[in-house]
Amino acid sequence: MFSGYTLGELGSILAMQGFAGLILFSVFVLMALGLAIIFGQMNVINMAHGEFMILGAYVTYLCSLFFQEYLPALFSVSFFVAMILAFIASGALGMFVEWALIRHLYKRPLDTLLATWGLSLVLQQSYRSIFGAREVGVTLPDWLLGAIDLTDFIQIPINGIFVMVLTALITVAVYFLMFRSSWGKQVRAVVQNRVMAGAVGINTERTDRMTFGIGCGIAGVAGSAFTMIGSTGPTAGQLYIVDTFLVVVFGGAASLLGTIASAFTISQAQSTIEFFMSGSMAKVITLLTVVGILMLRPQGLFTLKIRR
Amino acid sequence: MTRHTQTPAQSPTGSSGLRSPLRRLLFAGIAAAFTLPLLPFNANAADVNTTGLAVTDDVVQVGILHSVTGTMAISETGSVQAEKLAIKQINEMGGVLGRKIEFIQEDGASDWPTFAEKAKKLLVNDKVAAVFGCWTSASRKAVLPVFEQYNGMLYYPTFYEGLEESPNVIYTGQEATQQIIAGIDWVVKTKGAKTFYLLGSDYIWPRTSNKIARKHIEKLGLKVVGEEYYPLGHTQFNSVINKIRLRKPDVIYAIVVGGSNVAFYKQLKAAGIDMTKEKPALLTISVTEDEIRGIGGENIVGAYAAMKYFQSLPNDNNQAFVKAFKEMWGKDIVIGDVTQAAYLGPWLWKAAVEKAGSFDIDKVREASPGIELTTAPEGYVRIHKNHHLWSKTRIGLAKPDGQYEVVYETKELMEPDPFPEGYQ
Repeated sequence: MFSGYTLGELGSILAMQGFAGLILFSVFVLMALGLAIIFGQMNVINMAHGEFMILGAYVTYLCSLFFQEYLPALFSVSFFVAMILAFIASGALGMFVEWALIRHLYKRPLDTLLATWGLSLVLQQSYRSIFGAREVGVTLPDWLLGAIDLTDFIQIPINGIFVMVLTALITVAVYFLMFRSSWGKQVRAVVQNRVMAGAVGINTERTDRMTFGIGCGIAGVAGSAFTMIGSTGPTAGQLYIVDTFLVVVFGGAASLLGTIASAFTISQAQSTIEFFMSGSMAKVITLLTVVGILMLRPQGLFTLKIRR
Repeated sequence: MTRHTQTPAQSPTGSSGLRSPLRRLLFAGIAAAFTLPLLPFNANAADVNTTGLAVTDDVVQVGILHSVTGTMAISETGSVQAEKLAIKQINEMGGVLGRKIEFIQEDGASDWPTFAEKAKKLLVNDKVAAVFGCWTSASRKAVLPVFEQYNGMLYYPTFYEGLEESPNVIYTGQEATQQIIAGIDWVVKTKGAKTFYLLGSDYIWPRTSNKIARKHIEKLGLKVVGEEYYPLGHTQFNSVINKIRLRKPDVIYAIVVGGSNVAFYKQLKAAGIDMTKEKPALLTISVTEDEIRGIGGENIVGAYAAMKYFQSLPNDNNQAFVKAFKEMWGKDIVIGDVTQAAYLGPWLWKAAVEKAGSFDIDKVREASPGIELTTAPEGYVRIHKNHHLWSKTRIGLAKPDGQYEVVYETKELMEPDPFPEGYQ
């Protein structure tokens, strides 16, 4: 397939393809981070993760409508406002859900699967009733569209770079929250031993609620960012949920580093195979490999060494 | 037989049962006296309905069977709206054989077994005279045995892959060859296209359509430089965009559907592939005005679509249709190819029933081939004996406002050919 191309052309194609893999990597990390916090740290299987993302996307949609209507001059920064609002909206909904539903199920982690799946159906139908069954088109500021031409052949999508930068920022923020703040210490303490953490004076209920809220909030930001590359509709969250769980489970649920490593592995594998084969085959091979590795190593790529 | 031996004493409702038909007859008589000067012909229900369908002297019941919940609601909403509009307009004109149409709406919920169950309910319990519904091929395949077993009539609106011809279905959308061959001929002739990259979502319709496209392209002596499929719901198209860039095709032939559609066009635009330039041209058969709402006009401007109907068609029928549709469903609504095809369903059924002079399914089926509509928004259509429609194929150029500008239409009606020879 490479006959008839100059070395320069091949080089640029490789560069572009590498970049495509990096974008996929960022997308995976962004969608998996929220789930890694909720599933990894709290052991809650949140099947409604995709719907929290789509809430963020709808907030972005409303925000872009608002700016177009009332503040057209500031439209170019509307996307940042939208992301902050998406974080707040999804986070608030997450905290409410934790209070109303999840906290009653901490001792029955498998039941969270059913409860959150039901929640995802409820949310989907609510979106459908509020925003209509059709997908909505989110208008983006001009500066987010198009590509930067590095050479005639190498064109870098601007929204790809944006997603990468955003992912890096959020990852760093999550890292500091989890490993450098007292709140993170509390979260980890609660995960390791809820009773003991309570005994030394940590408000475990508040910690749980905050953790769930932040996980959902990050999902909201991810959903907001994905309006640039994907669709915004009542069931669009379902498009992401399988990949998200795949990344988190493959990485070893409790480890943030594992999530990142697994996102990198899966995205690079997939985009490389996609380049040489058809898209459906790439997906099949990636899934088979992941299943194979998980059979050999059920705990995922990375595990926390804790005495239980 | 046992039913006839039942005496009034055994049936507690027997006495009131005697009185109410009398009263109904009286009312019917009064009503008839008033309507008689208006309606020249209102045959007795027993004469126009010998098989026990839900037809009375003044009402006929039909079914609407689409998904209004679940993934497919996004696509099927337009069809429901169009069918309701057609039924309303037919009723305003006096109904069918002097009877008002009442519809029973069932929700297929984007789930194929549910479609089959609801189809059975409509045919067996409600005894509807016709059903307008289904959208995906999977849902149609699921209800097909039900319609054939209980002898119902389905009006199916979606353009689809062909390879089917049922006595119990009228296909009001185009089958694949009608859409594909005209589109490829056009792009070869006007754009001088020599090489094609075929791309689609991974299920029967895109695969069959691309098979037909490939055959036709190779028959013309031209070249397919790539063909591939992505799972439904795939959201990352950067790799395939790189491959397209590498192979430099004259035409990207895209049959991507659903949420993937939005991702594909957004990423194509972001990757700097400009469809408003001469090359590569993008030709699709899966993006109607409905889909553009989700994709965003600015992301797909410059693409070409080959189908039989665009909202912007300038003829008078269509102007009136668009106006009526917007009056009923709101001014911001857009109308795509399938929505228009769904609108044809009730009208074609009405014409067939009137030609047959009966609601009986067998008589309607016999009367259907040759039925023509001169009032269709897309222009003149006629039912072929294979139950598909003769229709023109048009090429639309996507504009930033989300509408298509019609740049070409076939001179002749395209003959439907669900089992094309040499294309399989």
